[in-house]
Amino acid sequence: MSPLHLCLALSAALFCTGLVAVLIRGNAILVLLGVELMLNAANLNFLAFWRFGPGGGEAGLVFVLFSIAVAAAEAAVGMALVIAVHRHLRSIRIADANRLKG
Amino acid sequence: MTTLLAVLALICLAPAVAAVLVRNLIHSALLFVLAWLGLAAFYLALGAEFVAFAQALVYVGGVSMVALFAVLLTRPGRTDLLPPPSAARAVGGLAAASLVASMLASSLFWSRLPSMEPTAPIPLRRLGELLAGPYLVAVLLVGLILTVALIGGLLLAAPRRPAEGGDA
Amino acid sequence: MLHASHLWLIPALPLLAAAVGAAAPRTARRLPVALALGAIIGSFLLSLAALAGALAAPAAKLTANFTWFWAGSTAVRLGWLLDPLGALMSVLVCGVSVLVFIFSTAYLRDDPRLGRFFTCLSLFVAAMLGLLVANSLLLLLVCWELVGLASYLLIGFWFERPAAAAAAKKAFITTRLGDLGFLLGLLWLFHATGSSLFYDGGAGVLEGGALERLAATTLPGGWTAATGIGLLLFAGAVGKSGQFPLHVWLPDAMEGPTPVSALIHAATMVAAGVFLVARVFPLMAADQGLGGVPVHALTAVAVIGSVTALLGALLAVAQTDIKRVLAYSTVSQLGYMMLAVGVGAWEAAVFHLITHACFKALLFLGSGSVIHAAHHEQDARRLGGLATRMRFTYVTFLLGTGALIGLPLVFSGFWSKEAVLHAAELWPVSHLPFLAGLAGVVLTAFYMTRLVSETFLGRARGDGAAHAHESPRAMTLPLAVLAVASVAAGWIGTPAWPWLQSQLTGAPVAAHGLAEGLGLMILSTVLVGAGIAAGGWMYARSPRADDRAPDPLARRFPGVFAALAARLWIDEFYAATVGRLLRGAAALAAWLERWVWGGLVSLTGRVAETTGEVNRAIDEDGLNTGFDRASDGLRDAAQRYSRAQTGEVQGYLRAVVVGLAVLALLLVWGGVR
Repeated sequence: MSPLHLCLALSAALFCTGLVAVLIRGNAILVLLGVELMLNAANLNFLAFWRFGPGGGEAGLVFVLFSIAVAAAEAAVGMALVIAVHRHLRSIRIADANRLKG
Repeated sequence: MTTLLAVLALICLAPAVAAVLVRNLIHSALLFVLAWLGLAAFYLALGAEFVAFAQALVYVGGVSMVALFAVLLTRPGRTDLLPPPSAARAVGGLAAASLVASMLASSLFWSRLPSMEPTAPIPLRRLGELLAGPYLVAVLLVGLILTVALIGGLLLAAPRRPAEGGDA
Repeated sequence: MLHASHLWLIPALPLLAAAVGAAAPRTARRLPVALALGAIIGSFLLSLAALAGALAAPAAKLTANFTWFWAGSTAVRLGWLLDPLGALMSVLVCGVSVLVFIFSTAYLRDDPRLGRFFTCLSLFVAAMLGLLVANSLLLLLVCWELVGLASYLLIGFWFERPAAAAAAKKAFITTRLGDLGFLLGLLWLFHATGSSLFYDGGAGVLEGGALERLAATTLPGGWTAATGIGLLLFAGAVGKSGQFPLHVWLPDAMEGPTPVSALIHAATMVAAGVFLVARVFPLMAADQGLGGVPVHALTAVAVIGSVTALLGALLAVAQTDIKRVLAYSTVSQLGYMMLAVGVGAWEAAVFHLITHACFKALLFLGSGSVIHAAHHEQDARRLGGLATRMRFTYVTFLLGTGALIGLPLVFSGFWSKEAVLHAAELWPVSHLPFLAGLAGVVLTAFYMTRLVSETFLGRARGDGAAHAHESPRAMTLPLAVLAVASVAAGWIGTPAWPWLQSQLTGAPVAAHGLAEGLGLMILSTVLVGAGIAAGGWMYARSPRADDRAPDPLARRFPGVFAALAARLWIDEFYAATVGRLLRGAAALAAWLERWVWGGLVSLTGRVAETTGEVNRAIDEDGLNTGFDRASDGLRDAAQRYSRAQTGEVQGYLRAVVVGLAVLALLLVWGGVR
């Protein structure tokens, strides 16, 4: 197992953990954190291929920087949304925000 | 190298899994912090120092704080019960499992990635030149995004003032 | 002097009076009467002016033609004709009409519908005058039909009486049969010549070019177009002038008021037929015989005229109603006129027409005076003794009788009948018309003597006659005027001075001296005397005692008298044949109407209904239900599908991940290595 493989395996594991969190947990905040985890996994993927992949370049590195920034922004907005929804529904359970149904 | 990475990987993964499964929200948030720190260390091991520090600053210093604030601002209930397992969740879990299995399999067993020499880490100076040079527009855009997110977040989360009435 | 283009004024005045009278309220009396009298007097004066203009140039045919309308490339033209024939007839019609109008004001004084009577009379006079001054056969036909309409209205004036209504219908329908021939002749003429004008500066149908063409056109059978058209036009005259076999309506027309009988059915309307054949005489005389059979139009006219003359006189012998006797007498005299035209002397026919108008109107008005005085008693058997009670009427009636019989030298009838018989004597084809005419002379004298004896002589046999007294001035004055005319009118056409004939033909007619016609005059005088003697011996010598006593003639010749009294069963024959045929045709038409056409219409209605039903069924049960069911199905499906929208985000995500997993599995484990 090369280091690349290890990184990729870790990335896959983290991604699926995040996915599980999104799918299974009924708490909005945890869902958002799961999304962050998935993004982290993607960043790791980028870095892995930057470090151990073919060819030089810095694109991966720079991209990860930007990814981190955007993910942070997204987390902030998401949390603000959760707070706003909580104000109306008095709950942060995702299952309670089901008004858009047919 | 690989051994180091393996250990660091474990340090990342374990808190992450735990965070997903723990019931207490605060415990969950703190475990996430651990996981991110572990990830920062991992980045260091990979030779991306700036990214590692950025990861630590932003995620541990920013996102986790935001999450904690959100938790604290929205709690009547202390615990969040795990929803009772049902067929749907089983399906979801199975899907996720098969996904990770596929990714692992494809990456570990069937990939034809040649073993290569690792890339040399980029010095900080060089990174700065890049950011101010070819990637300047992206930086500015990201700055814009952050500003918008900031304002939006403020607007969304700000409490309603009764005198305003109807102003959305 | 009236110009030809102003001739239309003559019929226009009475027409205007009729129009205003028709628009007036039904109970109006003074207005229609005043308008009618004023109009007729105006027309009389205008006719005199026209006559002056016509006599100034007798040979010229002064016309004023105009185009009525265009039918494709053919122009239909009408016009007015100013010539002695038309002008003389106009003066005659207007003059007699004035007298009859004045008579009517007294005769119908108690009738509630007096205004309507005068309106119809005005209409009649307008149509008659239009007929006389027309230069176009088409215009003549229009006025001809209008005259028939007015006659129908006036015969059936007392329409509450079923007999009057039936008589009006009979008159109209019988003349209609003749008019059919008239119309066919007109159409044929128009088709052959392209014009219906009589005189049109050389292009008219009675002028050289057209006549030659018509005489030259031969039809299968050997006849010429001129003969065919002439016979068809004569058919119209047969109907209108009551010739055999269409004479049956005239006696029944006596159901109308007596002034109507005097004006229309003695003097004017029935003369229209004679006027027509006189007008188109050039056409009828156009071909002078042909190859094998010398039958052409004028011969037919002569034959029918002779038969009518004899038949009318025979039937008049056995009638008991005053007006019926006079009616059959009119039929007989009209036969004389047609006879004259047939033998080629149309001027003699017109002469006799003029004198006949005067004395027949006199006789009818006289009988009207009698009827009015005897409280509407018309049966001569119940009259009598009026010679002393109604002196004036008696004297004028005698004068009229003398004119009709043809008492020599003094009376107009003598001269005009002499002209007719003279022409018949000279006819090269046959002497039968002449003999028929002579027989008619005897019979005429006989039946008129009979009539006078029964009506005036003896003692009063009925209540009406017993209480009769002389009629008012309004009635006796016209009688006087007509009596004078009956005497004086003859002197315009005597053989010594044939003024009338020359004016009519436009060429001076040689006056044949007294020696030539003396034999005939003596013969006719003898015949007249014989007739008067026979009648006087049978009737005047011992007038009948009461109304139920049998007729002396019936005692001697019962079979013949019965046959004549039954009018030779001609009416019954018609009823059995033509009447049956018509009834059968009507029944067939009714059956067709009800079952075939009505059935078709009903069928169409049913088809439409059924189509509507089918439509409705398709619409409601097919389309609507189909659509409803489809919509329901759509809604159910949509409801079912909308259940997928649970509103749970995690559910959606789950679905996404499942899909992603499937894709990944396919990619990784499927084939891409």
